[in-house]
Amino acid sequence: MRENKSKYSIDIEDLYVEYRTDYGVVKALNGMDLKIEHGKTLGLVGETGAGKTTTGLSILKLIPDPPGVIVGGSIKLDGEDLMEKTEKEMGQIRGKEISMIFQDPMTALNPVMTVEEQIAESIELHEQVSKSEAIEKARAMLELVGIPGERGKEYPHQFSGGMKQRVVIAIALACNPSLLIADEPTTALDVTIQAQVLEMMKELKEKYNTSMLMITHDLGIVAEICDTVSIIYAGQVVEHGNLEDIFENTRHPYTEGLFNSLPNLKDRKAKLKPIKGLMPDPANLPEGCAFCPRCDYAMEICKTQKPEKIYRNDGHYVRCHLYNEENIQEGRLETR
Amino acid sequence: MSEAKDILLDVRGLKKYFNTKRGLLHAVDDVTFTIERGKTLGVVGESGCGKSTTGRAILHLLEPTAGEVYFEGRDICKMSKEEIRNMRTDMQIIFQDPFSSLDPRRTISEIIGEPLKINGIIKDKDARLERVLELMETVGLAERLVNTYPHELDGGRRQRVGVARALAVNPKFIVCDEPVSALDVSIQAQILNLMKELQEKMGLTYMFITHDLSVVNHFSDDIAVMYLGKLIEKAPAEELFEHPTHPYTQALLSAIPIPDIHHKRERILLKGEITSPINPKPVCRFANRCIHATDRCRQAEPQLKEISPGHFVSCFLVDDQ
Repeated sequence: MRENKSKYSIDIEDLYVEYRTDYGVVKALNGMDLKIEHGKTLGLVGETGAGKTTTGLSILKLIPDPPGVIVGGSIKLDGEDLMEKTEKEMGQIRGKEISMIFQDPMTALNPVMTVEEQIAESIELHEQVSKSEAIEKARAMLELVGIPGERGKEYPHQFSGGMKQRVVIAIALACNPSLLIADEPTTALDVTIQAQVLEMMKELKEKYNTSMLMITHDLGIVAEICDTVSIIYAGQVVEHGNLEDIFENTRHPYTEGLFNSLPNLKDRKAKLKPIKGLMPDPANLPEGCAFCPRCDYAMEICKTQKPEKIYRNDGHYVRCHLYNEENIQEGRLETR
Repeated sequence: MSEAKDILLDVRGLKKYFNTKRGLLHAVDDVTFTIERGKTLGVVGESGCGKSTTGRAILHLLEPTAGEVYFEGRDICKMSKEEIRNMRTDMQIIFQDPFSSLDPRRTISEIIGEPLKINGIIKDKDARLERVLELMETVGLAERLVNTYPHELDGGRRQRVGVARALAVNPKFIVCDEPVSALDVSIQAQILNLMKELQEKMGLTYMFITHDLSVVNHFSDDIAVMYLGKLIEKAPAEELFEHPTHPYTQALLSAIPIPDIHHKRERILLKGEITSPINPKPVCRFANRCIHATDRCRQAEPQLKEISPGHFVSCFLVDDQ
């Protein structure tokens, strides 16, 4: 068991990331906060372009530069500031302390290397072992994710999508990282295979006490495997809390909109209530609250001022002008 | 069966095989179903189960290997090329990926107007533009977008263009092949609502192909479940979700992640993965993953059987009950 220096496995505060392109400055993250306690799973939920993947890449300092620039803020891995690390030090951290599982297992693997070589590669790099020992451990990792070890000699194209994603997970877990970033790990998979992979991730995470950042757009997956949830909109967390806070005590109109957009399995005739309009252009964000143009409850103040965090309890906060210290407990009066 | 049912599409024994280096790939194998006018049939199943191929074979975008497809009582498979061409104005398709299904070098008005031009429905350019603007309004696209190109639009608007193009020729039947899979949930809901409104207004009949079970439940009147080229269960949507009978349907439904933190259920985790559709043996294709499989399932192939009105299942377990 590793010793923890900080309460949090990962602690991001007030992070700003921009992509400076010829066509303008795209503000991908605008004061992003994110905290995950050791051994816990945080679901990061939002739409395309909200900044989910940029958050994951920032933690690994893999933002493509240029055009990407981390403008401000801090990222701490178990209390250690990653912003001060050199590229060489980051090389030691990536794959060893922090691993990432990418969305598309079809493109994440090297087509001309055998599967066991790909898993052994990161073991050899980070642990003082011989090649044959690394291969042996690679096969053990394959068994762990439910693939017979002898299939390690095969190439990625010989595996199905679900099997490939298992291989990607084996690579990510090979060096027993303290933090696993999973970027939509099951989006490319069929639902029965998704269930298998999620079940396996849940088991492995518990076994090794790994903290996990689960990037997803699927609130069903969040309900199943996450402990806490951050709802992200236009590069900032608009609501954060544990499952009960988010699912049962929803406060932010955007979070509410996401739930209302989902077809209800229990009431199939219920009409969907989509969120009107579209995500704002991150190169041209509104002056006030970023959600204001799509919000059914927008007020004058929303157009000009960015909302601050209002806490409903120690863990649950929302960034919305509808709330203040007094009414945050009971929720919005005009709708409840 | 009651006589009153107005069947628009009647598919019987539809097969589509592909020749591959390793043998004959049975993409769609002996599929039979009907769709009533004005209703939606949802077709679900996992990648490679043949749901898209079924849709395309019905429209004759792929030549079926065998089978009959009756559209308003006429067998499309027996028609000449000319007749099929005329029939196409009655049957349209909306594709999954709004990024690759629109010609990047044509403007929105050209894309929506093309079927009107090709089919010679409106020959006059000004009149065509007028109809295009009318269609754009129907699907909720602002008039100012008329001369933009697809790359200037987001996914939701592109999919609206796809819907407008399909509606241009006043079709009776539309195959919707994963029309919302590439979209974010908030945009997905906008498009689903639009399609539903259009169906009510114009009396459209849909075949709605998807892998998203909560979407299909919301959208369909009847649901057909496919597995490895076979239709294994078909029932009214409510009935299917309440009484899933085929072991595969049961596993599929239990695998949907539910956005409700108090939801408790028994998940049936399937072993293994879908087997090869190349030269399949005449046995139950699900047998190797099925927890109830017996020797019988590995020796013979079950047939589709009606177990209650409108509820069809192909599984030996049903015979034994």
